[in-house]
Amino acid sequence: MTHTKGSTTIVGALLILALVAAAQAFGVLASAPDRDMGHLQKIMYVHVPAAWNAFLAFVVVLFGSVMYLWKREEKWDLLAGAAAEVAAVLTALTIALGSIWGRPTWGVWWTWDPRLTSTAILLVIIVGYLALRSFVDEPDRRARWSAVVGILGALNVPIVYMSVRWWRTLHQPQSSPSTVDPAYAWGLRLNAIAFLLVMIWLVRARYRAARLERIAELAAEREALGGRVVNG
Amino acid sequence: MTVRLALSRVMAVAWKDLTTERRSKAGFNGVVFMAAITLLMFGFALGPDPAALRTAAAGLLWLTVLLSGVLAFNRSYELEIEAGALDALLLYPGGRWPIFAGKLLANLAFVLLVEVITVPIAGVLYDLPLLTPLPGLTGVLFLGTVGFVTLGTYYAAMASRVRAREVLLPLLLFPMLVPLLVAAVGATKAVLAGDPMGYGTAWIRLLAAFDIVFLAATFMTFDYVIGE
Repeated sequence: MTHTKGSTTIVGALLILALVAAAQAFGVLASAPDRDMGHLQKIMYVHVPAAWNAFLAFVVVLFGSVMYLWKREEKWDLLAGAAAEVAAVLTALTIALGSIWGRPTWGVWWTWDPRLTSTAILLVIIVGYLALRSFVDEPDRRARWSAVVGILGALNVPIVYMSVRWWRTLHQPQSSPSTVDPAYAWGLRLNAIAFLLVMIWLVRARYRAARLERIAELAAEREALGGRVVNG
Repeated sequence: MTVRLALSRVMAVAWKDLTTERRSKAGFNGVVFMAAITLLMFGFALGPDPAALRTAAAGLLWLTVLLSGVLAFNRSYELEIEAGALDALLLYPGGRWPIFAGKLLANLAFVLLVEVITVPIAGVLYDLPLLTPLPGLTGVLFLGTVGFVTLGTYYAAMASRVRAREVLLPLLLFPMLVPLLVAAVGATKAVLAGDPMGYGTAWIRLLAAFDIVFLAATFMTFDYVIGE
């Protein structure tokens, strides 16, 4: 049973990896160098899908938090926590790649543009959320607290965006299949799908790990109390 | 719970917190000193150019308020947790929001008092004309402080009960306060300059929106934070 599950996971991971490689290869090979940016434009195939899926992961955090407060089932808390970890990684990736792209294009690594600034604030909010999770040991308390912190953080997103938008903007309008040349659009779409699968796979893996950790904790607790050790 | 009973509970909690503070004054003196030294050190960091200091003054003032004020919030729960008084407080029947409201009021009075001392010091050090824009400045300080204290009191209810509380509170609080900082600095700058372009009102509206959103959100969810 465990063996089958393990090999399915490995096969799934390899398939997703192959799709990412194929989508990247398609994006890089199928499109001509951009008129202004040259091959630098290829960063878009990672930067934009990462940004989209980071945003999706944030939505999963909000969803898990609301569901936990409503249903009080541990799985929703673990889902929110797993999605928050993936959201932090994808947001950091988005910022790092944007910075690498911005240096030759804008001449600076960082600029106080609204979208950049909002993304950076989002990253520190999610890091604060993860810090809270790691500092609170008692599972029920951790679940309740992180749920409200997640919801308050989500409430803040539009306010953050509004407050920094009033600065002069330098970021070009976001790239989407409708704003880029058709030669680039398919590469972008394919990579977005590949990244979506990566995101789901990572959230699922972190969620499973969190569940197993909880089961191990409960077993250790029972053993310490002198009771029967139950498998799950 | 009737409104009157709830209000008397709110006042009782606020009164208790403020009395404890008034009798020791350790927290208040510490925070005021921290604020004064921060203002002074910003001056050293930026150099003695009066024009540069005056341009940066609004931002420096708000950073000083945030950096020193954050020291007060954990204290408001710590004293009670040490004495086991929080558990007793939670045993009372009825909603828990009066506990939050009382602590919020006490912290608001605390931080506003710190500002009463800090703002004139900033005025002297950075050569700011404080008297003419006083009504507008008071309004902006009040709105900004309400938002700051609301989230500070709320997050401290969690942070004060975990290990590494000194680290956790700013980690949770400061990212959330970025829009408040941006709006408060914008409004303060406009007010200090006499607001020739009318930028102040937009920032003040944003501050008010921030306050309303987070007052509502914290009051609605405080039960989840404080309960066992």
